[in-house]
Amino acid sequence: MSRLRALLRKETRQMRRDPVLLRMMLIAPIMQLFLLGYAATNDVKNVPVALYDADRSTDSRLLAELIGHNHYFHLIATPDDPRALERLLLAGKAQLGVYIPHSFHRDRLRNATPTVGLYADGTDSNTAGVAVAYMLGLLGEQGLRWQLQQARAAGVGTSGVPQLLPEPRVWYNPELKSSHFMVPGVLGMILMTLALNTAALSIVREREGGTLEQLMVTPLLPRELILGKLLPLVVLSYVEMLLVLAVALGWFRVPLEGSVPLLLLMSLMFLVSALGQGLLVSAFARTQQEAQLTSFLLLTPSMLLSGFMFPIQNMPRVIQWLTYAIPFRYYLEIIRGVFLRGAGIEVLWPQTAALTGISLLLIALGVLSFRKHL
Amino acid sequence: MDLAVEVENLTKRFGDFVAVNEVSFSVAEGEVFGFLGPNGSGKSTTIRILCGLLSPSSGHARVAGLDVWRDAERIRQRIGYMPQFFSLYDDLTVAENIEFYAGLYQVPPALALARQSELAEVLELGPVLDRLARTLSTGWRQRLALATSILHRPPLLFLDEPTSGVDPLTRRLFWEVIGDLAHEGITVFVTTHVMDEAEHCTRLAMMHYGRLIAEGTPEEMRTEHVQTMVEVQAHPIWPVLQALEKAPEVVEVALFGDAVHAELRCDLNDAEARVERKLQTAGVAYERVVAVTPSMEDVFVSLARRWERPTAAGADR
Ligand SMILES: Nc1ncnc2c1ncn2[C@@H]1O[C@H](COP(=O)(O)OP(=O)(O)O)[C@@H](O)[C@H]1O
Ligand SMILES: [Mg+2]
Repeated sequence: MSRLRALLRKETRQMRRDPVLLRMMLIAPIMQLFLLGYAATNDVKNVPVALYDADRSTDSRLLAELIGHNHYFHLIATPDDPRALERLLLAGKAQLGVYIPHSFHRDRLRNATPTVGLYADGTDSNTAGVAVAYMLGLLGEQGLRWQLQQARAAGVGTSGVPQLLPEPRVWYNPELKSSHFMVPGVLGMILMTLALNTAALSIVREREGGTLEQLMVTPLLPRELILGKLLPLVVLSYVEMLLVLAVALGWFRVPLEGSVPLLLLMSLMFLVSALGQGLLVSAFARTQQEAQLTSFLLLTPSMLLSGFMFPIQNMPRVIQWLTYAIPFRYYLEIIRGVFLRGAGIEVLWPQTAALTGISLLLIALGVLSFRKHL
Repeated sequence: MDLAVEVENLTKRFGDFVAVNEVSFSVAEGEVFGFLGPNGSGKSTTIRILCGLLSPSSGHARVAGLDVWRDAERIRQRIGYMPQFFSLYDDLTVAENIEFYAGLYQVPPALALARQSELAEVLELGPVLDRLARTLSTGWRQRLALATSILHRPPLLFLDEPTSGVDPLTRRLFWEVIGDLAHEGITVFVTTHVMDEAEHCTRLAMMHYGRLIAEGTPEEMRTEHVQTMVEVQAHPIWPVLQALEKAPEVVEVALFGDAVHAELRCDLNDAEARVERKLQTAGVAYERVVAVTPSMEDVFVSLARRWERPTAAGADR
């Protein structure tokens, strides 16, 4: 115990004297959250739309107005020539092209089926898909409204026209803001990256600097060394976590609906798992450079296979199995669940158990595998 | 007398390279054991094995009767180790480094403070106690390292080139402290590549290319391994060197300061006369020829050449 206490005091002293570490641990994550919170978004907003109106009727003007006022779309041009529409798409200036034929108004009044041409630039298939869907919704809704009007005016009642007006309700993230979905994940990723990298350097720095040689001839036990290195980093990264969390809540206004104690406890476990991986890397690396490369290699599957970037259910079965070995996977489910769905331990207990288990296993592995020689 | 260190046929390989080659020796309790040899001869490697930091490739090494590899943990508290290169924390002060290691060896705080002031007194560390180790010059760092390695009063102390790179005053202080420690009954195992420091040791072992080439007290080393040593002073010195190199009765010639030291195969009373005759027939001018007691450096040069010769000239032996 007294040896552990000596090591803890020494580690804290060194930490306090390391301005680079403090800057990296406390300021960098907040900057990253700002950058990624805004950049890493799938929201489809302000899709540039070009519209060619051959009809020039009240109907076609109404459609143009609806598109112009919708915040998903930004009407950038209304060319007088259909070929100009194509050029705008080709140049990437517009992502959607809307073509209203000259017979539109007439067709509608004649109860023929009026058509609108819709052209999308599919280069960015995700955005294109979402934009097309939004546009179809907008046009379809207006179509229904016209049909109802016409039916009433003709006095035929509403039996002849479709009655179904779907009204979708989205739960848990009602505005479908992807920043609400992304920010908790980004938060986890930032914390993991920093924790892993810092821990990965902690032992190997002493190895490379030669101080480990003197440390290893003392009676210090591997578990004391691992704990002595781990605990100060846990405290530091936890403070960092609280700061980043405050920014997520205060600035990004991510709704925090679920169990706060569960979130705080599991964030601790998640940090321990990242620090545990880092310490393992550090115990075996010969040089700091080797440690940094190894932790980078460990981070890649965490980002790709955790569900952070791609939904797990879309992955091949074998890859899905692999994801169970990734602590970030469980933390993502927990943090998204707590933040957005208001979930608590009663539904998140499997993830909680898995994350706790992996964290403790990693620490045990570090203690058991550390060898006190050069 | 009990043995503090026993080494039998110890070998350490790094890949194909043999850093320590079938070395055997032992150190009795209370000795100041000098481990001599030029850079790269395997001194640090041997010390690291004895401290349990490196595994032996073959052979055995025991410290206080315990195997250094299998029982490494049981040995830790009983040894002190000062590595060749500064291994304490640059970003901690002198006092903080001492406090940290006192904690690791579980020296009770009050006792640790008493030892710190005692060591600060002996090693004159008082004025720098609150300075970051980073800001100290080599001599002071070495003093700090020595202080840290003896904080817990280990019965056996390993010092790896404690005096390398330090000024002559610190060097003298170190040997005084080593003498005092030995006086208290602490066994000191100290390496150096400065041969003349060997005079401070009670017993010596000489390493060369990973092999142990000689062992004994400083007195034995001088008398047993080198037969007759003659010093020639002359201006210029080079003709003397050349003339004596060719002489059949001369085993070794080497520059020693601004004189030449020649080791001869004959007995002492005849030696000076023989050398003078040799120089006269060669027509070389000289000032003085005197028989001298060989220095430890002479001993080493002579022994080293004897070991090198068979590999250098093949069928010579
Ligand atoms: N870890 C190692 N890997 C490879 N070679 C080493 C290692 N440590 C030492 N050596 C080599 O072993 C030889 C002896 O080194 P060392 O024991 O440090 O000598 P000394 O302390 O006498 O100067 C040197 O040639 C050195 O390069
Ligand atoms: Mg050495």
